Amino acid sequence: MENLGLLWDGLGAALTPMNLLYAAVGVLLGTFVGVLPGIGPAMAIALLLPVTFGLEPTQAFIMFAGLYYGGMYGGSTTSILLNTPGESASVMTALEGNRMARAGRGAQALATAAVGSFVAGTIGTLLVAMFAPALADVAVEIGAPSYFALMVLALVMTATVLGASPLRGLLSLFVGLTIGLVGLDLNTGQPRLTFGVTQLVDRLDIVVVAVGIFALGEALWVAAHLRRKPARVVPVGQPWLGREDLRRSWRPWLRGTAFGFPFGALPAGGAELPTFLSYVTERRLAKRSATKGRGTEDEDEFGRGAIEGVAGPEAANNASAAGMLVPMLALGLPVTATASVMLSALQGYGIQPGPQLMTEHADMVWTLLASLLVGNLLLLVLNLPLAPLWARLLRIPRPQLYAGILFFACLGAYATNLDPFDIALLLVFGLLGMAMRRFGLPVLPLILGVILGPLMETKLREALTISGGDPAILWSEPLAVAIYAVLLLVLVTRPLLSRWRSRTESRIVAEAETEAVTEGSAR
Amino acid sequence: MSEQDQEQTPPPADGWVVVAWTPDEFGDAALEHGIAWAREGGRGVAVVNGTRGDALVDERFAAPAGLADLAERLRGTGLPHVVRQEMGRDVAEQVLDVAAELSARLVVVGLRHRSPVGKLLMGSVAQRILLTAECPVLAVKPGERPA
Repeated sequence: MENLGLLWDGLGAALTPMNLLYAAVGVLLGTFVGVLPGIGPAMAIALLLPVTFGLEPTQAFIMFAGLYYGGMYGGSTTSILLNTPGESASVMTALEGNRMARAGRGAQALATAAVGSFVAGTIGTLLVAMFAPALADVAVEIGAPSYFALMVLALVMTATVLGASPLRGLLSLFVGLTIGLVGLDLNTGQPRLTFGVTQLVDRLDIVVVAVGIFALGEALWVAAHLRRKPARVVPVGQPWLGREDLRRSWRPWLRGTAFGFPFGALPAGGAELPTFLSYVTERRLAKRSATKGRGTEDEDEFGRGAIEGVAGPEAANNASAAGMLVPMLALGLPVTATASVMLSALQGYGIQPGPQLMTEHADMVWTLLASLLVGNLLLLVLNLPLAPLWARLLRIPRPQLYAGILFFACLGAYATNLDPFDIALLLVFGLLGMAMRRFGLPVLPLILGVILGPLMETKLREALTISGGDPAILWSEPLAVAIYAVLLLVLVTRPLLSRWRSRTESRIVAEAETEAVTEGSAR
Repeated sequence: MSEQDQEQTPPPADGWVVVAWTPDEFGDAALEHGIAWAREGGRGVAVVNGTRGDALVDERFAAPAGLADLAERLRGTGLPHVVRQEMGRDVAEQVLDVAAELSARLVVVGLRHRSPVGKLLMGSVAQRILLTAECPVLAVKPGERPA
């Protein structure tokens, strides 16, 4: 209950007009970048980093929080109206959501996504407020070997469990770890991987790496595939929910939240798995209630636009977005691209992420959590009426859009050190980002590697210094051993899990295809 | 890059009228005038629907349903006709390329009101067609009915 009191104080701090303005800007900007596929909150925050260094950390984080939740919401709009999910987490929303839109129920699909996001985001944020401080209290006691193990777990899990190919994930991870090595060795003062370039001795600026990979990489990739047949947007009016829709939505919202939050809070979260689980669960429950004879109107509505199939995954998506704040705030361990860019923003302010964050910068953390609640409410208030406007964003021509992004990317890279060398570096990382998209390498493990790599090295060196160079110290703590055991377990069960998933998924996709074929022949 | 109309109609005796068409009132006005002119001279109607394909959504690029309605309407006229959907750098260029390929006698285009700023940012397809076409161009506005 003490936490709720602190949250209440945070709410007081968040509700100043200036902070509300930053929250609103963040939410609008977040929805903007979320609606446009290919541009996500991670890229937006990376682009904003240099701009926000002029702000107070609290205000910057209020804006980032709004951006993060706004991006989640915007992604669902695109999936529903266009059937092009902007991120892997909205794939499941697109499945039923787009069918609902085509069946003329787009307004309800948008509304259940918005309200579901709000419900899940609010519950999730409250859960973060409960769990993060408790976890941080425990985490302060964690020794360097266990910390190192945790980071290994987070990195290996994001590289192998998420995404289609573990090989590609690991490849991307090691490229990221290597980039993280560039610069002065913090212990011995020797330059590493600098190739005699003096600017590299100072370590790579994370802004340049993130902007290069996310913004420039994406812009180059889009430029190489500039003309594509335009997709068809389903026209919708004002989102609204009828009583019947509400009755069918609220349980999936809560179940989705229950799926999403724990997965987000794990050191290797991601919203892919919980959204998938939520979709499968809702589908199964709908089938069961149909065979029981009650709720016959639900009978095989899955596949033709069932509102439960939008409400559940969308709630799971947002709950996991909230859950990911637990490891980030309590342990300083980011598990999503957006979180890792936010973490590097923290470092930019000279704030050391980790368990001490909750005690040393308590007011900032509580204001952040409170502004998440405020931002969530703002999202609901702004986005329900603005949905038709957001759909218009999809008509922005790519040349104009990416010209703007490139401008801000170069500005940001130059502004960090006022050195033209950084622009050249930006181009190098842009080309790397483009090559990664070309060869299907996931971007997340790379960014995590760049950001967590140096932290991990610090812990490793710390542990080895204590033991006098004996690597046995790495498994000397029970917690570390337990973490390695979990990691082993996950790696062993992963093939089974992915086989089950791909089987279920291919069945769902096959159904969608046969449906598309029959629809085509009917026309 | 182009999608030809499925059905092949015999080539017209007296050349083609090329219509720059979009699925809205401007395109419909152009089509109406184009059909009227083609009927008068025993010409065929070539409908061009283009997009630059550089935005996620382009409402001026007809959906299959819109194309079906268009084909229906053209069939109703009994005139020789062909429908092309093109994607490329410049919609005006696409229309003019088709006009050159078919040695068109006339190009019909619907004019929309554009502000100077709008023209500066996005350009004007009608203006480029008017200035660069090698045959006469008929520019029409919605609401004008063919005589």
